[in-house]
Amino acid sequence: MARLNVNPTRMEMKKLKARLDTAVRGHKLLKDKSDEMVRRFSVIIKENKLLRDEVEKELAETLKQFSVARSVTPSYKAETAFAMPSVAVKADCSTQSIMGVDVPQLSVSADKRTEGLPYAYPEITSEADYSVERASALIPKLLRLAEVEKTVRMLADEIERNKRRVNALEYVMIPQLQETIKYIKSKLDENERAAVIRLMKVKNKT
Amino acid sequence: MEGKIAIIGDGDSITVFKAAGVATFAAENENKAKEILRKVAKEYKIIFLTEELARPLSTFLKRFDEEPYPVVLSIPSGNGSTGYGTECLKSAMERALGVDILFNN
Repeated sequence: MARLNVNPTRMEMKKLKARLDTAVRGHKLLKDKSDEMVRRFSVIIKENKLLRDEVEKELAETLKQFSVARSVTPSYKAETAFAMPSVAVKADCSTQSIMGVDVPQLSVSADKRTEGLPYAYPEITSEADYSVERASALIPKLLRLAEVEKTVRMLADEIERNKRRVNALEYVMIPQLQETIKYIKSKLDENERAAVIRLMKVKNKT
Repeated sequence: MEGKIAIIGDGDSITVFKAAGVATFAAENENKAKEILRKVAKEYKIIFLTEELARPLSTFLKRFDEEPYPVVLSIPSGNGSTGYGTECLKSAMERALGVDILFNN
């Protein structure tokens, strides 16, 4: 491991020792952070998996049902029926912090949901009613999945970054500092010994 | 804070969400979807994207992972799931943990 390019002085050694201290402490902290993030991540990713399977299944069913419903009505009728949605779902968006990572938190704004369907009943078959209802019911779940999946991705990125930091400290920064301190120490000792010997020689001559 | 919800996909899969009150944008191919996504990302907080469109845009979608919003979620379209969502999950897990704790295969 290459040592740093510094002057072998006592001053420099003091500085480096302080840096080493900080590096070791930082390394410990980051390692703890990484452990905790991994623990949280494994909980969240399990939830994500379950939720995704569930949502995908339900969504596939809903879409299938809807395509059946559409196929029994003439397409122009279906187009006009669905052209003007009278309800608009909105979501409450906020952020929460998981180990210093800001992740989204979503929920459906309750007051925005109005009863009833956005089209006149005679226009379309009852199958379409069901599938629209199911799609509406699915939206909170989709939001939850969106939230969880985003969290997983952001957390994964953060864990990766953090891991890199821990490794940089552990395998580059700390050994480098240790080596440099050792080098300065040996240099200083060498100088001291040289000074002693010089004094002895000088004394012998007189 | 309140955010609007949008869905981008091919015509058939998204109509049902239009009736449910989600803003819909039809896109027949990934270039169109990219264009729409750029426009929509500023206005909408939550964007659903069908898997067929999300798969070719995966590198483009990476840039949304830096900030909490907008949230882009890939959902299966009317043709059924292509497994893209599971793949994303798997790659995130491998990057973060280095081991497979979900699928075990």
